[in-house]
Amino acid sequence: MWGIAGECPHSFSVLLSSVTRGTLFRVHIMHIASLTALLAVGAFAAGLLGSLTGLGGGIVIVPLLTLGFGVDIRYAIGASLISVIATSSGAAAAYVREGYTNIRVGMLLEIGTTIGALVGAYIAGIIPTSAIAIIFGFVLLLSVYRSIRPLAEHITTGPGDPWAARLRLNSSYPTEHGMQAYSVQSVPTGIALMGVAGVLSGLLGIGSGVVKVLAMDQAMRLPFKVSTTTSNFMIGVTAAASAGLYLHRGYIDPGLALPVMLGVLAGALVGARTLARAQTKVLRNIFTGVVAILAVEMLYKGMTGGL
Amino acid sequence: MSGQPPRRGWTDEQVDLFIGNLLRYGVLIAAAVTLVGGVPYLLMYWHVLPTYHTFHGVPAGLNSLRGVLDGVRELDSRAVIQLGVLLLIATPIARVGLSLFAFAKQRDWTYVVVTTVVLGILLWSFSGGRAL
Repeated sequence: MWGIAGECPHSFSVLLSSVTRGTLFRVHIMHIASLTALLAVGAFAAGLLGSLTGLGGGIVIVPLLTLGFGVDIRYAIGASLISVIATSSGAAAAYVREGYTNIRVGMLLEIGTTIGALVGAYIAGIIPTSAIAIIFGFVLLLSVYRSIRPLAEHITTGPGDPWAARLRLNSSYPTEHGMQAYSVQSVPTGIALMGVAGVLSGLLGIGSGVVKVLAMDQAMRLPFKVSTTTSNFMIGVTAAASAGLYLHRGYIDPGLALPVMLGVLAGALVGARTLARAQTKVLRNIFTGVVAILAVEMLYKGMTGGL
Repeated sequence: MSGQPPRRGWTDEQVDLFIGNLLRYGVLIAAAVTLVGGVPYLLMYWHVLPTYHTFHGVPAGLNSLRGVLDGVRELDSRAVIQLGVLLLIATPIARVGLSLFAFAKQRDWTYVVVTTVVLGILLWSFSGGRAL
């Protein structure tokens, strides 16, 4: 174990192995000054990698706080929700203008995600934290799988779900060849899956973008670009639904919210302005590797009661 | 959404633009308030050893809208950070409120109902989720 000002890790793998061996920095032997600085750096890296790879940085905030700093998972969930709202709202502002986001689909599905988020926040208050860690580990594994096997672009035209026509969900989006119309399938299944996404969001303090995109892409057959931007549009609202309850439950601590919120926002802003297209694949692989290690660690800690 | 024919009132494009700006400025203002509270917070508490490894919940007064506003009036730096957090949570809620207004202007009553349900859930949670 090396100190903050002591010997530095020679490579990323050294850093990762110290993460897997146990807690990197112990929160109770650190002053608020050093804790805030290190958390801000970690959150910045999460926001930067999340935005450059499009995988979302919110999913690594809870592991960073719990595994890296030994913070109680309930405080970690509260801080993570705040970072999720910040990055989602910031990114959605840009996407809405580009015309990919389907606001009607988003608003309809938000009924599912917000109710799910309240259920998730309720469950989080009654199940042991070790169970939360195990569920978190499985969601991290799902993210790894999605990153390794990305979804292919497809456009579904022709008749959609009768509900889609009734609710005016069918729309069009800009492509290289002009506006492309698309129809929407399986609306009730989509809403039900969004309930699941909402439960995971409220329970774990994440955006659940992976589950949302899967539901819109695989069940509702929306074009990939529409699925990802609409998912991002919904993430902030989903997180806000449980954040209110968590704030009143005392999960959201200002001392943690400060570095996490500002760090993630700064990272996401820099990421959005950096056109590092050449390194995106490398970064994606690094980020996926980090998430895979965190998944194993969360599962291990959850099963051995280490969290 | 942009393929829909514009109805009375705002066009979908105008609504999209407005929502985009609301989200952008909401996040910026929330971040600025958090920073304004963060600087005095660090100056005052930098040497303190935090106890985040065990959960005991944030102090009373930092876990409700009224408590936070009282704290801000007393110039408590942690309450100012928490006000930034509340503004951040309020941003997507305001976005849903704006969508409700836009759907009403477009006389799209189905989506007025849908949006009202979502807004009701959000406001209930934001105000503390009584009776759960």
